[in-house]
Amino acid sequence: MTAETMFEKIWNRHRVLEREDGQTLLYVDRHLVHDGSAPAFEMLRDRGLKPRAPERIFATPDHYVPTDTRDVAAIENDEYRGMVESLEQNAAEGGFALFGLKDGRQGIVHVVGPEAGLTQPGMLLVCGDSHTSTHGALGALAFGIGMTEVAHVLGSQTLWQRKPKTLRITVDGALAPGVTAKDVILHIIASIGAAGATGYVIEYAGSAIRGLSMEGRLTLCNMSIEAGGRAGMVAPDETTFAYLQGREYAPKGADWDRAVERWRALASDADAVFDRDVVLDGNAIAPMVTWGNSPEDALPVDAMLPDPEAAPDPARRAAMQAAFAYMGLTPGAALTSLGVDRVFIGSCTNGRIEDMRAAAAIARGRRVAEGVTAWVVPGSAPVKRQAEAEGLDQIFLAAGFEWREAGCSMCLGTNGEIGTPGQRIAATSNRNFRGRQGPGVRTHLMSPAMAAAAAVAGHITDIRGLEG
Amino acid sequence: MDAFSTLTSNAVPFARDNIDTDQILPARYLARPRNDNHGEYLFRDLRQAADFPLNRPEWQAARIVLGGRNFACGSSRENAVWALYDHGVRAVIAPSYGDIFATNSVKNGLLPVVLPEAVVQSLIAATEADPNAQITVDLPSQTVTGPDGAVHHFEIDPFNKRCLLEALDELAFTLTHAEDIAAFERRIGRENF
Ligand code: SF4
Repeated sequence: MTAETMFEKIWNRHRVLEREDGQTLLYVDRHLVHDGSAPAFEMLRDRGLKPRAPERIFATPDHYVPTDTRDVAAIENDEYRGMVESLEQNAAEGGFALFGLKDGRQGIVHVVGPEAGLTQPGMLLVCGDSHTSTHGALGALAFGIGMTEVAHVLGSQTLWQRKPKTLRITVDGALAPGVTAKDVILHIIASIGAAGATGYVIEYAGSAIRGLSMEGRLTLCNMSIEAGGRAGMVAPDETTFAYLQGREYAPKGADWDRAVERWRALASDADAVFDRDVVLDGNAIAPMVTWGNSPEDALPVDAMLPDPEAAPDPARRAAMQAAFAYMGLTPGAALTSLGVDRVFIGSCTNGRIEDMRAAAAIARGRRVAEGVTAWVVPGSAPVKRQAEAEGLDQIFLAAGFEWREAGCSMCLGTNGEIGTPGQRIAATSNRNFRGRQGPGVRTHLMSPAMAAAAAVAGHITDIRGLEG
Repeated sequence: MDAFSTLTSNAVPFARDNIDTDQILPARYLARPRNDNHGEYLFRDLRQAADFPLNRPEWQAARIVLGGRNFACGSSRENAVWALYDHGVRAVIAPSYGDIFATNSVKNGLLPVVLPEAVVQSLIAATEADPNAQITVDLPSQTVTGPDGAVHHFEIDPFNKRCLLEALDELAFTLTHAEDIAAFERRIGRENF
């Protein structure tokens, strides 16, 4: 038998049929749905169809939900309320599970899936959202799709795909204190570029990756799309099994034992060949911060800003000049000289319990700097409950942070939670695009501890100078 | 959606690399229904700058877009395709795309043409020199003919080509395989992992 990668094993197991032109019809095990999916249900209705396999569909509202109330009727904006209500209606009509706003399991769809045990190794999982790559952290093949494809999956439980190429990114070594999964992925994107993995499914490997917790792996895989990757995956191991065991939708009893046995066989064969290999040194990674409007514009926090004039490639120079103008930057200035107006800790990248703990460790006994507004938005209702059980909310509140309800919130601001033009925001989310957090808003991406440090210092700060 | 076969038009250049779908369609318009004219929201924020290409009268009706590397990366929002389509754009020519955008495009009658960077650069230069310079995109022969008459071949997935040429309803097509899907489901049972 020829050696196979983990991706190939999962792909092969999900082939319904293959066309001569190279298109494969793949079967979808899990379909996650959020409150931005209304157009897909409209397309289905137009054809007189109903969801084919409602037992494989799980929904939760996240993009349009407020983070100061759990009452749908209290959402003042008609458009936002309409999106949340239409998800409720589509779930009722389609007969699939909904973790609604008052359900104790609600949250950002990419936090909820793994947390509820819905995401499992070996699955093919899709969602109408680009950060579906997150779920690959458990050894699933998971990728984001557009609305027409969502309608296609609803109606047929399948998807046409052309087989992507495989890219293995190996990070060996021990991460230095203060360096997290967020820094690893920002370092990877800075190294290979925002289109560095376009056309590929990434498998992350190496001792630095295996050493990450499940939460860390979820952060890592989440931003695979920011490198252009179709999906990102980590082979399931003891960390994965320990994380999954006992979760609501995880197999139980004898089923669990059989599942773990199957999951162990998923890892890429030792002599499997990847289309491309990238090797990076984990020992050399520093806490990272982005300065520009692409996640590839990331530097170690103690670096100086580059000089756009010095960029040899004219296209790159022009792009850098545009980013400097938008972001209000001075060439050669220290990253740590940049003052922040707001801080956002949350999102499907860094809204998990470990992220809350890391931020709280910095916030404990300190105060948010004068003039800075700092929000902590848990990624899900269970994360919020767990954090409160550990007293983290009290630490944040005592330090002057706001402690909010679960949702996407300021990552994208589709619920209206955005900054004002010119504000500089330290954010733990995944995109520093122009206007992502509101027109004219300047976003710097970093880890939760770094964002908390920026909140208390009032400017971008090297976490390595602070005792947790 | 209209079928795509061949198109001759001038082109509007958005030359910067990594133009993301948040730029093409800002998030605050994501809750609008599909039958809303999404052309209104196309590059809504970037358009505030007077010198943005879309504001040039000659380029307002261009049906071809010339893009930089990694055009339309980022968010999976199909609304970005709808914005281009409703504005009248039927083809984009760029060195590379965000994966999900390219997939969304062919399902909505928008052709994403991939050409080498040097060729795209030359088309952008020709368009900047003469905003009315005509470019022809021909899907059956998989060619782009530049204003100088030079013909450039492009590759496209055969299934995607067919979807565009026939304005194929992919879901209806897939459901002709309903028996294969049912057989697969019987074989795997409840779980498949
Ligand atoms: S948290 Fe941000 S990136 Fe994640 S699903 Fe929500 S809007 Fe998208």
